[in-house]
Amino acid sequence: MRSRLPRIFLADFKMRALRFALRNLWRDLKSGEMSVLLLALTVAVLSLTAVGFFTSRIGQGVRAQAAEVLAADLRIESSSPLPARYFTQGRTLGLATAQVESFPTAIFNGEKSQLAAVHAVTSSYPLRGKLRIADSPFGVARSTDHIPKPGTVWLDARIVAQLELSMGNAVRIGATTLRLTQVLDYRPDQGTGFVNLAPAALLNEADIAATQLIAPGSRVTYSALFAGTPQSVAALHDYLVLNKAAGERLREVEESSRQLNSAIDRASRFLNLANLASVLLAAVAVAMGARRYAARHIETVALMKCMGAAQGLVLSISLIELSVLAIFAVLAGAALGYLGQWGLVWLLHGLIQGALPAPSFAPVVIALVTVLAMLVGFALPPLLQLKNTPPIRVLRKSVDSAPLRYGLSYGLSLAALAAILWALVRDVELVASVFLGVLGVGAVLALAGFGLVRITGRLRGGVGVAWRYGLANVSRRGAGSVVQIVAFGTGLMVLLLLAVVRNDLLADWRRSLPSDVPNNFLINIRPEERQPLNQFLQVHGLGQPAMYPMIRARITAINGVPSEALKITGDVARGYLEREQNLTWAADLMQDNQLMAGRWWTPQDFGKALVSVSSEYQEALHLKLGDRLSFDIAGESLKVEVVSIRKVRWDSFRPNFFMVFPPGLLDGAAGTYMTSVYLTPDKRPALARLVREFPTVSVFDVDAILSQIRAIMDRASLAVQYVFLFTLVAGVIVLLAAVQATRDERRYESAILRTLGASRRTVLQGVAAEFGALGFLSGTLAAVGATSIGWLLAHRLFSLEYRFNPYIWILGLVCGTLLVGLAGTLATRRVVNTPPIVSLRED
Amino acid sequence: MKDLVLHAQNISKTVASPEGSLTILADVTLSVRAGETLAIVGASGAGKSTLLALLAGLDSPTTGRVSIAGVELSMLSEDGRAAVRGRHVGFVFQSFHLIPSLTAIENVMLPLELANRRDARAAAAQALAQVGLTPRVGHYPKQLSGGEQQRVAIARAFVTHPAVLFADEPTGNLDTTTGQRICDLLFELNRSTGSTLVLVTHDRALAARCGRLFELDAGHAVAPAAHLSG
Ligand SMILES: Nc1ncnc2c1ncn2[C@@H]1O[C@H](COP(=O)(O)OP(=O)(O)O)[C@@H](O)[C@H]1O
Ligand SMILES: [Mg+2]
Repeated sequence: MRSRLPRIFLADFKMRALRFALRNLWRDLKSGEMSVLLLALTVAVLSLTAVGFFTSRIGQGVRAQAAEVLAADLRIESSSPLPARYFTQGRTLGLATAQVESFPTAIFNGEKSQLAAVHAVTSSYPLRGKLRIADSPFGVARSTDHIPKPGTVWLDARIVAQLELSMGNAVRIGATTLRLTQVLDYRPDQGTGFVNLAPAALLNEADIAATQLIAPGSRVTYSALFAGTPQSVAALHDYLVLNKAAGERLREVEESSRQLNSAIDRASRFLNLANLASVLLAAVAVAMGARRYAARHIETVALMKCMGAAQGLVLSISLIELSVLAIFAVLAGAALGYLGQWGLVWLLHGLIQGALPAPSFAPVVIALVTVLAMLVGFALPPLLQLKNTPPIRVLRKSVDSAPLRYGLSYGLSLAALAAILWALVRDVELVASVFLGVLGVGAVLALAGFGLVRITGRLRGGVGVAWRYGLANVSRRGAGSVVQIVAFGTGLMVLLLLAVVRNDLLADWRRSLPSDVPNNFLINIRPEERQPLNQFLQVHGLGQPAMYPMIRARITAINGVPSEALKITGDVARGYLEREQNLTWAADLMQDNQLMAGRWWTPQDFGKALVSVSSEYQEALHLKLGDRLSFDIAGESLKVEVVSIRKVRWDSFRPNFFMVFPPGLLDGAAGTYMTSVYLTPDKRPALARLVREFPTVSVFDVDAILSQIRAIMDRASLAVQYVFLFTLVAGVIVLLAAVQATRDERRYESAILRTLGASRRTVLQGVAAEFGALGFLSGTLAAVGATSIGWLLAHRLFSLEYRFNPYIWILGLVCGTLLVGLAGTLATRRVVNTPPIVSLRED
Repeated sequence: MKDLVLHAQNISKTVASPEGSLTILADVTLSVRAGETLAIVGASGAGKSTLLALLAGLDSPTTGRVSIAGVELSMLSEDGRAAVRGRHVGFVFQSFHLIPSLTAIENVMLPLELANRRDARAAAAQALAQVGLTPRVGHYPKQLSGGEQQRVAIARAFVTHPAVLFADEPTGNLDTTTGQRICDLLFELNRSTGSTLVLVTHDRALAARCGRLFELDAGHAVAPAAHLSG
């Protein structure tokens, strides 16, 4: 009996709190008091889930496209046949499999012959992407789902041109004869490196035995291809990592293509930026909404306490009320987010190949956690303060509860928010830049707000009555004005930042890949061919592109330590050490390279033993300025000092090199040269002539990957703009919350002023003056903030040139003043229009 | 001592002000017996509301002790004092203090619901009938006149049958005629429920209707502390 009593009391207490909370919530919703809070939470959830749902889908879609480069999700390669258990394991996991055997050999048409890279494939090849074929050399290509039938072969246009073949002709490969049925235009896995220099021949795996070319000692690369669900791919990946033999190389989507990766990376950063902005804005709106909620409920709470309500009951009621609101916001937001995500998919339909996978529901959980963190961090402090409302307020309005320390709670929840966003975005730099940027601007706004409050306090004489009233209000409201300036400023800043990102950064990104970017690389140009090739290019209207010497070399030691003895792990780093690399020399820094450290050489340095390395190389091998690298260049050894580190834009599609030497050091060593040209479709026939006239020059067509990257850019731009819509809404809600923050005071003031004989006009002009001043200040500061964060983002995150845009300042100033002034005045109009007696009585 | 429903022993209140600490109530001792009607009078700013707040446990005295219905308030936490208020005390304020988002009957139901009474609606309806507002039960405060709002507030104050009813300038916001009628109502309900009434006013005529006067001047009790009048 004794123990049951408190429990009954507790249950009873909870029921009472719940009943009150639900009833309050309904009333508060009806009277519009919670709308800002609800809107802010819903938009935060909407943005988080829509972007979350979408990126989980598009991310997989984009990955699938990136997987094209491997023709699979996972690929393992070896110079000896791969064990059958790999395939068994793959099939057990539900993965699709395919097999490719590649080797170089000569292809004959009568007496004429051409070196080719033969690829024998099984019928499921390629697992990702599609083969493209044409009916004539360099003709219009179409994609196909088939592979050559047994007895037939598809040949690269260069082979067809070299051997002067036409469709239906027979060619000899090894011991067998195959009929040419199609010109091979594109294989998804033809690679973007300069590895497969020989033109390709594709044939059916069934014919491979008949060629009798696979024998001990022949240079065959065996590849096993796997594709399927991410989980199964990951499972097989783990299995292969554990079981693969030393000579077998695992290739994953991530490392498959630098160019594609940097494009995807940038795209997701844009999306995440928009997402981040929405959540931060929503947090500001929640903080403001909760403050207003507390302010609006202070009288009621004082009264309830007066009538016997305990603190716990008061707190429970507001907590339950907010929790119900949060649940509602999460449900509504997630539902809208799901719809919104369909909008994204619809917007981008056709751009994405194949069916998108279903969205995962992880974003809902993340949204829930985020909303909780926002509520606990930004809404709990005012509620705790509300709970402490002294009941004596019913008799004396001036008595406030002891001010709470907001700092700690805000700090903690900002940290929580940062952690959540980081978990979401996994991009320390992005989160840190935006967070610190917004916080920094917030601090500056607060300072400036205090400044304004003080200045307007003195500036009362000499202006009209409306202005005097308006400006006096700014200073009289003091802390309230500062809060408003910070909120207006943050809202405007994020909106301006979006304008910067949307227009400038996206445009810059697209500019970085102009339509005339080189789409064909010419490799293997012998020194004596440079002159005639230049002439050929000029005659055919292909310009006079710069020719870069190409040297193949291998690192033998770093700072005197032989590369075999170096303690460097990781497939990428080992690859850098073990394989021969393409080097070049150049007098000037390549136009799309950015010097990260060190200095570029001057003519006095020409001929000295120096080297400039790319940032990937530097990171993988832990190099620093002053390190000494030893190279083996065609049998001769060379020792050079690292004098600079360059950031290379691999998606610029200009010739780029991991390592660059100064001119005069290796002049004799250059085996070949390379260059790149832009070919419009109508100039493609010139390629056939070029291949005939310069048989040893290899033409490397990157049009396909270029269009892939352009598709990603288009896709990302559209998606980012769409997601920015959510941010825009969040920004508008912050402005709304800021305008609402002082509405109650205003209602009372305007009633008193009008009772004292002020005309509606005067009161409204005063309100307009106040909001105009607030808007002017916050707009200006917002422009400063947006410009600095934009610059930071452009430089540090997107590696783009930031163009200063005076337009943003004008936009900030004018929009700030007009938007805030107008919104504030309009929102207050109703208050001013209410007959004073109604306002006074309601109080 | 047993029938002392309210007792204040040497209470004083000192607050911090820009010019240093300020004593707004100095060493007041006051007892109220059950069923008594007491008027606290004095000029504006004399400390009447301060004294009322201390007597009702809305605030704590800087020194001294207050007990309501035999419960010593200084021994209690804030929640404890709230519970005592909920059980024994009712309030009527100068500015009515109705919750604007609640209808008249919901406002009256509020203290019953806080006390977790099941028959809240019926009791509230009856209380509103007693103040003659049955036709207005569903109206919101802003749809009611000042006098009607104060009648709702009176219904709310009496609906829990409090031992003590505190009224701070209940007619301060009303015209004379309406104020008169509100007072009539207040005294009538006070009589019929047998509760104790503590009324703060600067209106001598209103004060004269109470059984006892307690006068304050600048925070000090003015002697004689008690006298009878008709
Ligand atoms: N918390 C406080 N801080 C400063 N001064 C106060 C405070 N509470 C009351 N006062 C002052 O004490 C005096 C008495 O106030 P009050 O009790 O409201 O007077 P009354 O109700 O008799 O008009 C007034 O001068 C008032 O300004
Ligand atoms: Mg008073």
